Amino acid sequence: MIATLSARRRAQPPAIDRAAHLVERNTILYRRNWLLIVSGFLEPLLYLLAIGFGVGALVGSSIVLNGRPIPYAVFVAPAMMASSAMNGAIYETAFNFFFKLKYVKLYDAVLATPLGVADVALGEIAWALFRGTLYAAGFIIVMVALGLVRSWWSLLAVPAAMLLGFTFAAVGTAAATFVRNWQDFDLVLIVMIPLFLFSATFYPITLYPGPLQAVVQLSPLYHGVNLLRSLTTGSIGPSLVFDLVYLVLLGAAGLAVAATRLERMLLK
Amino acid sequence: MAAPPIRSNALIHARGLSKRFDKLLAVDAIDFDVERGEAFGFLGPNGAGKTSTMRMIGCVSAPSGGELSVLGMNPITDGPRIRARLGVVPQADTLDMELRVEENLFTYARYFDMPRDLARRRTRELLEFVQLSDRAKDEVEPLSGGMKRRLTIARALVNEPELLLLDEPTTGLDPQARHLVWDRLYRLKQRGVTIVLTTHYMDEAEQLCDRLVVMDKAKIVASGSPRKLIDQYSTREVLELRFSIDAPPSLDGKFEGLADRVEVLPDRVLLYTQDGEAAAAALHGRGVQPESTLVRRSTLEDVFLRLTGRSLIE
Repeated sequence: MIATLSARRRAQPPAIDRAAHLVERNTILYRRNWLLIVSGFLEPLLYLLAIGFGVGALVGSSIVLNGRPIPYAVFVAPAMMASSAMNGAIYETAFNFFFKLKYVKLYDAVLATPLGVADVALGEIAWALFRGTLYAAGFIIVMVALGLVRSWWSLLAVPAAMLLGFTFAAVGTAAATFVRNWQDFDLVLIVMIPLFLFSATFYPITLYPGPLQAVVQLSPLYHGVNLLRSLTTGSIGPSLVFDLVYLVLLGAAGLAVAATRLERMLLK
Repeated sequence: MAAPPIRSNALIHARGLSKRFDKLLAVDAIDFDVERGEAFGFLGPNGAGKTSTMRMIGCVSAPSGGELSVLGMNPITDGPRIRARLGVVPQADTLDMELRVEENLFTYARYFDMPRDLARRRTRELLEFVQLSDRAKDEVEPLSGGMKRRLTIARALVNEPELLLLDEPTTGLDPQARHLVWDRLYRLKQRGVTIVLTTHYMDEAEQLCDRLVVMDKAKIVASGSPRKLIDQYSTREVLELRFSIDAPPSLDGKFEGLADRVEVLPDRVLLYTQDGEAAAAALHGRGVQPESTLVRRSTLEDVFLRLTGRSLIE
């Protein structure tokens, strides 16, 4: 029962019951600050109203999806839903997680309890996912109310948004471990704004010339938009498998990077 | 240093324990045992390896070499089970600044998987214990340094730990706050909690520790009870003489035979002796007339300075 040099250090595997206590801590905090949560949901909703309906009135039904013309707002709405899931996950991980990691030093205290680094990562990603899911669920209700949902496949839109939320939460957590100070968040925004604008959110990817299309294909938000748009408009095709796989792989990679780097940072 | 014999009921058992960060050897093959119910101190200047040792005991830093068992378990493989029975007061408070005072204790209790109603009760009891009940609903940030420290100590007690690890528990506190912390630690000790602390305050070590080790440059350089260390490395009394800096007298040979050890500092001369008054009288007889004389009992500080030197460590 003794630690010797030969006993190789093993990372403590995560446990859902331990990670759940960190989620509980976040719910205690946000019971007071629920307005903060609403804000991330509002932004894509405003875009939907301004561009989906406002600009949509100019565009008319010139957008064609799978050979059928559809109203512009129907085209834009799932993209805004995907963006809301992204916002929820990124605000929570890149920003809040960084704050707790570097300034509050929350995890130094948490790791003195039975929780391990993997529990911390699992708990925070689960919480970010919860926030993203909340946004996505709120958004689909708005879409139904505004008559922007065209298919029963939409029932799968929330789980799909959760997958997108997971991918961004994992990547955001990994990114937060590289952030040195608040100025670095300008870089996060420099990545997020083009993602939001150019991931086939406001017009089809086919408008880009070939090489640019390949670049847009790298955007995780593009795959999320593709997935949600297919589901809410009912244009299901085999290419969705590619979107799913891309999001799962990128999420797994983010998780691996985050866990490795956190282990090194917190358990020196 | 020869390894002491292995004692089976030791709560913490370390042999040849080492910690290396890249090129820096922070802890160099140290041996020690901490028995159940005792208060054990790590004394040493900054950078001596105290905190690294505490982090290894707290299962948040893997040893680079040697043996370590805590509560009879292996910190590498049994981390969660060991930590469930530890209380940790880190050097920096690391309180949850986003939560209120009572929420800090409640969420911490929940990390230990304590049922909610029990967690609430523990929160109330502990706030009482550290005299923070009237601040329960307050934000943490505006609390004074002493209050934050007490809250951190309360937090460490939330799971009723068998072993309490405190890394410089009173550094930066004013005298009132220090005495309150000492008083609480003393009560915990009387309840049978095993306490391991690091400090560079000698009075703290003398007040609280049954046994201690002095660390310097990653190694243990002395160990024993405070009294034993004073007997071994110092004398019963110290005679401090202060001379005018402008006209220092010639002191050659004046101290001959009066003290076990003489230390000449820029502004003072220290005579380590069994009888300070007698030495002072004898000096007077030899015509030495200092500006002031002071006879005091030897303290751990004398031991500490003898073992780790007077030069500033940075």
